[in-house]
Amino acid sequence: MAEVSIPPGGSGTIADALPKRPNPAWTFIRTQPLGFAGLFVIMIYVVAALGSAWIAPYDPEAIDFTAMLGAPSAEHLFGTDQYGRDVFSRIVYGARTALAVGILSSLIGCTIGSLIGAASGFWGGRIDTIIQRFVDVMLSFPIIVLAMVVIAVLGKRPLFGVDMNLVAAISLPIIPKMARISRSSTLSIVQMPFIDAARAAGYSDARIILRHIAPNIVAPYLIMATAFIAQAILLEASLSFLGLGVTEPTPAWGLMLSGTSADFYKSAPWMILFPGLAITLAVFAFNLFGDSLRDWLDPKMRG
Amino acid sequence: MIWFLARRVALLIPTLIGVAMVTFFLIRVMPGDPVEAKLRMDGAVVSQEVIEAERKRLGLDKPLTGQFVDYMAGLARLDLGNSLWTGQPVTREIAIRFPVSLQVAIMATLIAILISVPLGMLSAVYRDTWIDYAVRILAVSGLAIPSFWLGMLMILGLLSVFNWLPKIGYVSIFEDPVANLSALIWPALSVGYRYAAVATRMMRSALLEVLREDYIRTARAKGLFQKLVVRRHALRNALLPVVTVIGLEFAFLIGGLVVTEQVFNLNGIGKLFVDATTRGDFNLIQGLVLLIAVTFILVNLVVDLLYGLLDPRIRVS
Repeated sequence: MAEVSIPPGGSGTIADALPKRPNPAWTFIRTQPLGFAGLFVIMIYVVAALGSAWIAPYDPEAIDFTAMLGAPSAEHLFGTDQYGRDVFSRIVYGARTALAVGILSSLIGCTIGSLIGAASGFWGGRIDTIIQRFVDVMLSFPIIVLAMVVIAVLGKRPLFGVDMNLVAAISLPIIPKMARISRSSTLSIVQMPFIDAARAAGYSDARIILRHIAPNIVAPYLIMATAFIAQAILLEASLSFLGLGVTEPTPAWGLMLSGTSADFYKSAPWMILFPGLAITLAVFAFNLFGDSLRDWLDPKMRG
Repeated sequence: MIWFLARRVALLIPTLIGVAMVTFFLIRVMPGDPVEAKLRMDGAVVSQEVIEAERKRLGLDKPLTGQFVDYMAGLARLDLGNSLWTGQPVTREIAIRFPVSLQVAIMATLIAILISVPLGMLSAVYRDTWIDYAVRILAVSGLAIPSFWLGMLMILGLLSVFNWLPKIGYVSIFEDPVANLSALIWPALSVGYRYAAVATRMMRSALLEVLREDYIRTARAKGLFQKLVVRRHALRNALLPVVTVIGLEFAFLIGGLVVTEQVFNLNGIGKLFVDATTRGDFNLIQGLVLLIAVTFILVNLVVDLLYGLLDPRIRVS
C-alpha cells in the first residue's frame, strides 16, 4: 500500500495529498484530440453566429450593383454574388441560420424521440409493439422525403427569424431514429433494482420515466443530439438549396448555392466554393465531435 | 431457399400496408391544410370560400374514413389518382421519370460497392499505415460533403479543366449508351461517394473484426498466404455487415438523389418530388412517398435474400 505523505506545515489535509481527480474537460482534450479540434471549429461557428453583426464587414442583404460578381479581394474576402452582396458576410450570417435551425431541430427531435422510446421500452407489451411497428414504417422513408412532406403541408411560419415549420420538418425524421436508440437504452435500465424501488414506492409511471429513466439516457441523448445537429444542418442546406427551406433574402448556405448561381460556374466559382465549404466544415466538425463524445462518454457504444 | 423467400415476402405485407397508411395520414392529419398552404403560398390573400371550393373539388371535404377507403381501394388497383397540377395520372407521371432515377441509383450503388470493398480491405489489412489513414480521411470527408455540392464541384471541374459539360436531356441507355453514361456518371459519382464512404467504414471495421477470429489464425498457422487468407476466408464473412449497410443507406442514396438531380437538371423522381412539393400537389407527393418507401423496403428484401446466399446459417434458422 502506497504511503500517503502529509505535507509539512500541518495546514494540508489528506485530500490535498491524494491524487487529484483529473479535470474532465482536460481528459477530453487529452484523450480525444480530434474531438477537441471538432469542438474548436464548432466554437468558431458559434462565435460567428452570435457575433455576426460585429464580424461581418458588410450587411449580408445589402445589394450593390457596382460590385456584382467581384472576385475575392481585400475588400470582399470571398468575393461578391450576382447582386453584389458580400459572400463572406453572408456566410457569417448563414452560420446563425444553420446553427439555429440545426440545434433547435436536433434538440426537439431528440427530446420527443427519447421520451417516446423511453415510454415504449418502459411499458413494453402491446404499446411497445405498436410504437415499434410505427417506428419501423417511419424509418423506411428517407429523411428528406419526410421533411418535404411536412413542408408541403405546413407551408412557412417564421418566428424570431426562424421558420418554425422548417424546424418541425427537420425534427420529424429524427424522432423515430432517436426513439429506437432510447428504447434500447431504456430496456437495460428497466431491469435495474432502483426502478423496482421506485415502483414499490408507488411513483407514477410518468415520474419514473422522467425522473428515473431519463437521467440515465442522457449520455446516448447527448451523443445522438450532436450527431443529429450535423444531419440537420445538412438537411437544412439541402432543403434551402431546393428552394423549400430558408427563403431569400435571409442568408443561408444552401440558399447561396441554389438557383441562379448555377449560371456562374465559370464567371464566379467563389459563389459555389465558399458556401459549400462552410456546410462541409460544419458537418465535419459536428461529426468529429459527436464521434469523440461517444468514445468518451460511452465506450460501450463504439461500433 | 423457397421457404425462406416466401416467408420474407409474406412479412412485407403488413409493412407495406403500414407505409400506405402512414403516407395517407401524414398528409391529412398534420395541423395545416395542403390546400391552404398551396393557395396562400407566398402570402397571397385568398378568401375562405375559394379554399372550401377547392377542397370540395379535390374530394377533401369528405370524412377522413371515406377518403381513406377510396385511397386504399385505388391502391389495390394501382390507381394513385391524378396530379393536381397536370391532371395526368400519378402513375404515368412517375413512370416517365422513374428510369433515369433508377439508373443513377443502380450506378451509384455499383460505384459504392466497387470503391468500398477494395478500399475497406486495404484499410483493414494495412491498418494504422498511411494507406489506412488516407482511406479513413476519404471516408470521413464523404460523410460531410453534401452530395449536391460535390455534383456542383464536378461541374465546376469539368468546365474549367475540359471546358465540357454533359449534354442536358436524357437519352435512354439502349439508344445511345455513350451519351447516356457520359451524362449520368457524374450524378452517380456524387451521390455514390457518400454511400461508398459509409460502406468503406463498415468494410474496414467488419474485416478487422473477422481477422481477429480463431479460424483466421488457423489459416495463417497452416501457412496460407495473407492474400488468400483475406480473400477466401475473411472477405465473405466481412461482407455481411457491408451488405446490410448498403441496404440501410439506400434511403440516404434516394435522399441525395432528390437534391442532386436538380444540380444536373435530370428529369427524374427527385425533380418531380421537388416540383410537387413547391406546387402543393399532394396526390403526386403521396404517390412518390409511397414509391420511395416501397423501393426502400424492396431493396432491403433483396439485402435479406443476399444474406441468405452469403451465409447459409441464416437460410436454415
